[in-house]
Amino acid sequence: MDNQVFTLINIAVMTVVMWITPLQFVPFMIWLERKGSAIIQDRIGPNRAEIFGFRFFGMVHNFSDVVKLLNKENITPTHANRFFYTMAPFWSMTVSLLPLLIIPLAAPIDIFGHTVRFQAADFSVGILYILSITSMGVFAVILAGWASNNKFSLMGGIRSSAQMISYELSMGLAIVALLMVYQDAQVSSMVETQGRWLTVFGHELPLPNWGIFLQPVAFVLFLVASFAETNRNPFDLAEGESELVAGYHIEYSSVKFALFFMAEYSNMVVASFVIATLFLGGYQVPYFSTDVLAAHPQEVLIAVCILGFIKSVLLGYLIGLKARQQETVFKKGVAKWEPFLFSGLFYGLSILCLAGLIYAFNGSFAPWFGPVLTTLLQMGCLLAKVLFFCWLFVWVRWTLPRFRYDQLMNLGWKMLLPLGLVNLLVTGVWLLISK
Amino acid sequence: MRVVDRAEPKGAQKFYLVAVVRGLIVTMGHVMKNVLNPKRMPVVFYPEQKKDLPPATRGRHRLMKREDGAPRCTACMLCATACPAECIHIKAEESPDPNIEKLPERFEIDMLRCVFCGFCVDACPLDAIRMDVPDVTIAGYTRESMVYTKEFLMNHNNEDVVADYNPPRPVILTHGPHARP
Repeated sequence: MDNQVFTLINIAVMTVVMWITPLQFVPFMIWLERKGSAIIQDRIGPNRAEIFGFRFFGMVHNFSDVVKLLNKENITPTHANRFFYTMAPFWSMTVSLLPLLIIPLAAPIDIFGHTVRFQAADFSVGILYILSITSMGVFAVILAGWASNNKFSLMGGIRSSAQMISYELSMGLAIVALLMVYQDAQVSSMVETQGRWLTVFGHELPLPNWGIFLQPVAFVLFLVASFAETNRNPFDLAEGESELVAGYHIEYSSVKFALFFMAEYSNMVVASFVIATLFLGGYQVPYFSTDVLAAHPQEVLIAVCILGFIKSVLLGYLIGLKARQQETVFKKGVAKWEPFLFSGLFYGLSILCLAGLIYAFNGSFAPWFGPVLTTLLQMGCLLAKVLFFCWLFVWVRWTLPRFRYDQLMNLGWKMLLPLGLVNLLVTGVWLLISK
Repeated sequence: MRVVDRAEPKGAQKFYLVAVVRGLIVTMGHVMKNVLNPKRMPVVFYPEQKKDLPPATRGRHRLMKREDGAPRCTACMLCATACPAECIHIKAEESPDPNIEKLPERFEIDMLRCVFCGFCVDACPLDAIRMDVPDVTIAGYTRESMVYTKEFLMNHNNEDVVADYNPPRPVILTHGPHARP
């Protein structure tokens, strides 16, 4: 197979993977939102829907949701503009899936004479692509709000457009500050830069060269702006159910509503990926560069096994606690022993990790083993960062109340915008001095 | 006119960051406590576990019985008259007992109309109807099943519904022309 064909296949596979990834995250996010909100509010959360008695800790409720939404009547109001009304949910979903194409999942590896890249597209203007695509997301909300021909949804759409346009400014300013320190707009090279040590005036500090340490103010700006861009609490004025019933998607039902619902969550996943990539070093494992990891497969395998052991023992223990609570309630059926099964599975995984540890100490490794293990570790690292931000979205939503409209505008225009400009100035002066 | 001075955020407060972080710490504390000790959550697993209702709960109706099993009700229609929802339907018949004038042939309560006001209980001079069955989840699949009949309302022992709560009963005459056994 010549290299060109291999590259094409590589790109095609990665495109499909990056298209599917947010779709796979969506049910998980919905589950995390329900369970997380329940635990924050001292509740149990969903645990009733079941398949053959298996409840998967409320995960089955997602299937019930899908079945319910697909079976609902797909209503188009007679007074709506039919074309734009139908287009809006598709637009929303499409736009929310696109930005992930330029996120690298792991460093490129050389294997069997080919270079495998874990990135669907690596534009030289990658970061501008993210900005342009996410700013197109506002059209979906405006179109849905206007085309439904309902005053509540129109209000939601107008609020949302004002909010998104206001916060895109500070998001852009945060990215400009980032461009100044990275001196590059290509996402893959930005992530590579973050694999080095933080250097201040020629001194290496014991910190990775992550965007959050280089540009803490820009990180806060970007985080707040991405909450506003994804229409999440405390910036979910577009929905504002206490004022606008449901906001821009009030007239939608069935699959069209499901698309809006999914787009909201996949927007969050994409925002988490972007924040993790730009500010938390993307796939970079802190303190260990890709070359170091690939050169020491044995040490890496030992570390992975120990981490896996700790993680699975912890999860097994926590699920065991949950199981003992459920056992006292569900006296019969699968629900009585199902949590024990999962707890046992995690304990079994920990034993598997110990076996891997033994293998790591006296094994010799094939040459492909190091790069592949490095790739898996880096993917896991990116996943951990993304999951943290996914949890942050849920966590913040169930902590903070919604902003009032004037507070929202004051924060966007009078606080974040000047802060971003001052940050640009300070960054420029700092770069000038440190050169 | 009363003017309320609300404290406007000043300086660093305007970024809300400190308050946001403090709020996040509070919610994270709840998560930690609930994950490490699931039993501390004040939750009742409803269909499996049920909370004990308070002893004076106003629940479903029941018709009280005499010692021989006949209904105490004499079809005087006071409850049906007092009912604001007009959900009690009584058809009287002659009582075989010479001391008692009438008996209800049919005594039906339409639970879809009932508003649980308890006026029927107050109106009854014989303590024949009470609303102390601790059942507050009243549901049915058809309208017909929601019309409770005399047999259904009398299907209990007089004392077994709420053993430890018996409201004071009206005095029942034991002799004289209007005596009740």
